[in-house]
Amino acid sequence: MKAISELNLPEDVRYTDDHEWAKKIGDVVRMGISDYAQDQLGDIVFVELPEVGSSFDKGEEFGTVESVKAVSELYMPIGGEVTAINDALADAPELVNNDPYDGGWMMEIKASDPAEREALKSKADYLEILKG
Amino acid sequence: MRYLPHTEEDIQEMLQVVGASDLDALFSSIPDDCRRKEAMNLPDPLTEWELNGHMDCMAASMGAPPFYKVFMGAGSYHHYIPEISRQLLLRSEFFTAYTPYQPEISQGTLQTIYEYQTLVTRLLGMDVANASMYDGASGLAEAMLMTIRATRRKKVAVSRAVHPMYRQVVETYFAPTGFEVVELPVGADGRTDLSGLADLGELAGVALQSPNFFGCIEDLEAAGKTIHADKKTLFVAAFSEPLAYGLLKSPGTCGADIACGEGQSFGIPQSFGGPGLGMFAAKQKYVRTMPGRLIGKTTDRDGKTGFVLTLATREQHIRREKATSNICSNQGLCATAATMYMAALGGTGIRELSRLNRDRAEYLKASLAKAGYASPFSAPTFNEFVVRFPKGFADTWKALLEKKIVAGLHLGPYYPELSDCWLMCVTETISKTVIDALVKEVAK
Amino acid sequence: MKEKMGTTGLIFNEPLLWEKGSPGRKGLSLPRRDVDETPLDDALVGDGPDFPDLSELDVVRHFTKLSQWNFGVDSGMYPLGSCTMKYNPKTNERQASIPGFAGAHPLLPESLSQGALELMVDLQGYLGEITGLPAVTVQPAAGSQGELTGMLIFAAYHKQKGRARTKVLIPDTAHGTNPASAALCGFTSVGVKSGPDGVLLPESVAELMDEDTAGIMITNPNTLGLFEDNIRQVADIVHQKGGLVYGDGANMNAAMGIVNFADIGVDVMHLNLHKTMSTPHGGGGPGAGPVCVTPELEPFLPVPRVVKDGDTYRLDEDYPLSVGKVHAFYGNFGILLRAYSYILSVGKYLKAVSQYAVLNANYIKERLKGTYHLPYDRPCMHECVFTDKHQQEHHVATLDIAKRLMDHGFHPPTIYFPLVVSGAIMIEPTESESKETLDQFIDAMKQIAQEAIDCPDCLHESPQFPKVRRLDETAAARNPCLKG
Repeated sequence: MKAISELNLPEDVRYTDDHEWAKKIGDVVRMGISDYAQDQLGDIVFVELPEVGSSFDKGEEFGTVESVKAVSELYMPIGGEVTAINDALADAPELVNNDPYDGGWMMEIKASDPAEREALKSKADYLEILKG
Repeated sequence: MRYLPHTEEDIQEMLQVVGASDLDALFSSIPDDCRRKEAMNLPDPLTEWELNGHMDCMAASMGAPPFYKVFMGAGSYHHYIPEISRQLLLRSEFFTAYTPYQPEISQGTLQTIYEYQTLVTRLLGMDVANASMYDGASGLAEAMLMTIRATRRKKVAVSRAVHPMYRQVVETYFAPTGFEVVELPVGADGRTDLSGLADLGELAGVALQSPNFFGCIEDLEAAGKTIHADKKTLFVAAFSEPLAYGLLKSPGTCGADIACGEGQSFGIPQSFGGPGLGMFAAKQKYVRTMPGRLIGKTTDRDGKTGFVLTLATREQHIRREKATSNICSNQGLCATAATMYMAALGGTGIRELSRLNRDRAEYLKASLAKAGYASPFSAPTFNEFVVRFPKGFADTWKALLEKKIVAGLHLGPYYPELSDCWLMCVTETISKTVIDALVKEVAK
Repeated sequence: MKEKMGTTGLIFNEPLLWEKGSPGRKGLSLPRRDVDETPLDDALVGDGPDFPDLSELDVVRHFTKLSQWNFGVDSGMYPLGSCTMKYNPKTNERQASIPGFAGAHPLLPESLSQGALELMVDLQGYLGEITGLPAVTVQPAAGSQGELTGMLIFAAYHKQKGRARTKVLIPDTAHGTNPASAALCGFTSVGVKSGPDGVLLPESVAELMDEDTAGIMITNPNTLGLFEDNIRQVADIVHQKGGLVYGDGANMNAAMGIVNFADIGVDVMHLNLHKTMSTPHGGGGPGAGPVCVTPELEPFLPVPRVVKDGDTYRLDEDYPLSVGKVHAFYGNFGILLRAYSYILSVGKYLKAVSQYAVLNANYIKERLKGTYHLPYDRPCMHECVFTDKHQQEHHVATLDIAKRLMDHGFHPPTIYFPLVVSGAIMIEPTESESKETLDQFIDAMKQIAQEAIDCPDCLHESPQFPKVRRLDETAAARNPCLKG
């Protein structure tokens, strides 16, 4: 397991209490799990994502991420409609381990309420959660 | 007592290390009001020799082969179990090992079950098989729950020609769920009548058994087409006699999405109904929603091939209340026995043995028909079939018990509409001579 | 211990079944054909399965070699916590193979099944006596199916009282089958946190218990090997709000003759015969999970019931409130028979079984507690739980300790369960193990602890002696290859 100082926590994304990140890209918000989350889970073997077109509220469970010995639920960082999922993860779930913020992205969401994204945590706030 | 190695000396030494004055003191942390006041009322232990005598005496009252000729199937089949299978199973490394949680020292169990999974997929023509469920009945119940999970629909249909006790177990599993089970009728020919299927609305799954409880071979291919007219509905093909698939088209080639049933015929003694072996197989796309253990191939640090339990995140110890099932054990020993049996039987052997089963049953059917006792059903059968007997046969049947013959299973208690019918079964263990003797007795 | 127990041996590779054999080889003696072949509609006939053709010796050598890669209770101590890996007596196999029992069809008329029915009734009686809960069904095929039956009884009981309850309380130390079984019955699991001493606190239960809760599922002794001291208060709290108490009997090996479960407030409990009653572990089953209940709950038990009627034994379906059927016939009779043999062989020494099981576990606990971190330093029952806290300082984890134990000739204990203890090592020796064996085990554990300091990499590289080294479970899950 990595020490907190060893974690990769980019400045240009926002974070949730559930160890997910969210980044505005044009019209949509792209999301995935943080370096801390993938490190805790270990080798990821499967990511279960919803169908494109489905809608969820902020905080609602939309999928799961599995390692060999554990399953973690995934929760919506913001509410909205799923506009895209990362198909590459079906054959290469290890992308989430190796490249959690880029190649390991999970979903793109069309936000139903832009204000929700503002409420997400900055890197500094997320670090506080990790330390605490 | 020979299972308890502790001597008085051992006990005293150990109590000292633990810091307890006597064995009772070991339990002093248990509150007084939780301690059992009265001793258990259990008998004095029997010696090994007394136990043998006692058990032999109890077993003597049982109506089993070779002394009794039993013409019954109905989910429990008398097949010869080769001595090699019996003895190999008793190898204590298989017998006394547990679930292969530590794969490095369980490769015997793991490769055997991997071989089991493989042979089951080949037998049933399916993509993936699990390490087994408890029995055919609970396997079917789990299969129907799986169709609900996979489709998110709320209703399933099960043929009336499916084993009545399997249907009862499905009802029991479904009772607390709020999902609906509807029954499909039996046609005049003894096969399931699917003509009204479309009127039943959106179904998660439809289950047929083949050969069905009446021994009739269902037209699985046609059934598959009818069921898949609704693309989302899953076709569940059940069975209680897997030997039939040495001869018949496999459920997989007929379009089944799930194939499940009882594997007791493959090297497992009948044992008054249990333990059995719940064979369970499905199409690849359903693997993550399958219940039960799965064993997969992988490599070790040195690149050597090995086997492990895998996809465990479906199971209860990880997924807990969201698991695909609550099942924890599998029928490990029974699956091992079945693998040994299938290995000994072989591809050529299973074709010959299943043909022999059918031909012997056909011989009894023809002989009874000649004597004036015909089947109400016209569909072809495997090693079981239904015969209609005239009034008074119940008395004949009872009288035959005195001659150590169990002449079939009366269907009345299970199917009131067939109260004058008996289900007859013949396997390779009943010779032509014995068949002739039965017909002679019945025709008297 | 001067020498490592591991040595070289005659363990060889062996291919998969379909990589052997030759078409036309026969491994089984086919009965003589004495009837003609009959035609069958071509549309129904298949090609038959692609099974290999092997000779009898091919089959014998194959499985003999495979068996040599396995470690069983007969090979050495197998201290898997909560699995009760006691000795499987060989006489049980002799009894199970008596033709009258082995060859018996379940639907024989009652007049020809008296022996089997009597055995089941007697076994029911013994299990009722042992647990204190007199109404018994032997139908469930395994512990988790027993739990399902228990949950079905909960549901049926409340339905009959005219109210459907939706929740079940489950402690955080519970085995995963508990919430899974509750969920199968449509219940929502509500987790109850254990107290700092590892046992349930009445206040925690009182906070959560209400009239929408069907009851609580408790394992006692619990999965930390500790007796739930507050069980009577907990049971009272649940009963006061009209709920039921389910006892998971997986740890019964600690309690025979020690506790009467009816007295402590349990209404329904299951037993694991493949744990407590010595039936074969079999590579993962089959088991048997009889369920014992109070007289009030008897009407809900699965049918058919097996009963004694005067001088004879029979099956009775006439229980209108029954939850139904969980097994096609009467349960795993072959397993019930072995448990019955065991009970007759041990008789009133069953109390000694529990006493020695608890003695063995406490002995290990006392002797290892300096070497390994003991999260709950109090008397344990039949199992004790350590953690890898001290060894973590040297970057050695529970997994490494477990893998190294194999090189010493022991099966590892249960690891990483219960979940409430990080890096848990749960050791259950059972009463079958002698003091010498326990001393050897303790010695091995101490050697490993020393190795963690002197040579952590030796542990990371273990096991060294078994047929395979550590396996890539990630690859197995990412790219499942489930058949050949």
